[in-house]
Amino acid sequence: MNSLSGSAVIAGVGTTAFGKLPGRDTVSLNVEACRHALADARIEKSVIDAVFVKVPTSQREFMYGQKVCEALGIQPKIGGAWDQGGAANISLIAFAATAVATGQIKAALVCYADNPRTGNKQAYQRPCGDDAVYGWFSTAAGYAMIQQRHAIEYGDSTEALGAIAIACRRHGSGNPHAQLRLPLAMDQYLASPWVVEPLRRDDCCLVSDGGAAVVVMSAATARELGVEAPVPILGFGQCQTSWDLQLRPSLTSTCADISAKDAFRMAGLQPADIDVAQIYDCFTITVLMTLEDYGFCPKGRGRDFVADGQIEIGGRLPINTSGGLLSETGMPGLQLVIEGVRQMRGNARLQVKNARHCLVSNQGGTMHTHSTLILGQ
Amino acid sequence: MNKPLPVITPVSAPYWQSLEQGALSYLHCVCGHRWLPPRPQCPACLGTDWKWVRASGRARLISWVVYHTAYHEAFAAELPYNVALVELEEGPRLITNVIGCADGRGLTAGMAVELTVEYEQNVPLARFRVAGTVQK
Repeated sequence: MNSLSGSAVIAGVGTTAFGKLPGRDTVSLNVEACRHALADARIEKSVIDAVFVKVPTSQREFMYGQKVCEALGIQPKIGGAWDQGGAANISLIAFAATAVATGQIKAALVCYADNPRTGNKQAYQRPCGDDAVYGWFSTAAGYAMIQQRHAIEYGDSTEALGAIAIACRRHGSGNPHAQLRLPLAMDQYLASPWVVEPLRRDDCCLVSDGGAAVVVMSAATARELGVEAPVPILGFGQCQTSWDLQLRPSLTSTCADISAKDAFRMAGLQPADIDVAQIYDCFTITVLMTLEDYGFCPKGRGRDFVADGQIEIGGRLPINTSGGLLSETGMPGLQLVIEGVRQMRGNARLQVKNARHCLVSNQGGTMHTHSTLILGQ
Repeated sequence: MNKPLPVITPVSAPYWQSLEQGALSYLHCVCGHRWLPPRPQCPACLGTDWKWVRASGRARLISWVVYHTAYHEAFAAELPYNVALVELEEGPRLITNVIGCADGRGLTAGMAVELTVEYEQNVPLARFRVAGTVQK
């Protein structure tokens, strides 16, 4: 265990509504989420001296982090926006925890908001540079290319991918804040239309408007301020394939394994110690490969691990207990951290009994980037 | 509706000129590294002492997908169509289409494919056909 383990906590969490939020700009969604996170931590805004913002996927703006600070009325010691796709949420929490531990800052807001549902969806459907002339478009197609290669190397996992979609949809179906509350059965999954074959519609996450924020501070500061339910950050890690699909040495192993190893080492834990997990589910193949790369099962055996309800509530490792990107909101990742916090506080809607350790994975691009977080009690 | 065309730059121009002559070329550095897409520094040694080399045109299929959704109007009439990832026998990989099997039926991992230059809006493209099949 590393000396940083448990030294920082998530002191508060907040979100906006999810789904369609027409007419809302991303800065105001960030502010709303931050206001809720501060209220949840029961701290004053004046405590915050750092603001780490994940850039909106759908629109790039110069000095975006500073625009959010201006709207929050905060002049931070450290502030800015970070582009790493979905991995950035946990990366920013890790930076915040490190800055807290080294005494650079007292407390940080980490936030994200976007409005691709009612705004601009182009980011997810974009042409891929000079290869667009071959018809190479969209985020989904890159994951389809990876899924096909996974089937080539390890055999068909169609029903396992269905089991992942079914678990997330089951967990989200009773979540009153979830955007898609329709449970899914295997025959419906198998009948789901192709988007980019071998990806089916029900393999693909939602596209959503919304914002989310968390407050990071030291455990000592949380005690001093009387924060009611601080959740210790036990471990974190990051690692990146970084290169585009056609340039990677392998399509089926990302650097997620290294990210997870660092997080487990920092926390002094192993996969068997994890009671509940929030696994980034932009597409079902991402969940399958993350479980394999993290060492929950041998590479290529993810299909056995997710079978028979083992990743559903009551199973060996319940995942995405608020519905994940497939059901709760397509927001790229911070909602998974927030559900992890609820599980560790013991007040999740689908609470895993006696859960002591929650693992959260984030990743971005077409598996370009990866980050891992382990929360405790 | 026209397809989005590649942006030809001083760095990538020799690649497209080579295709016009019926050959696919890649960059080969004195350090031994070979790469595509064109970029002016070797991604292995970061040096600039490289040359263009013509590939044999022989490659193998690494993975592929079949589009059932058109993300651009110009592709709506072509659905379903495949996009493939192939590895040249010289090493570099590229995104392409395998012709003669738009819906991907019959494609198998590792199968041998051969370069076939086809034109879209006067731009030569590096497409591939299954090795041993006759060019249209």
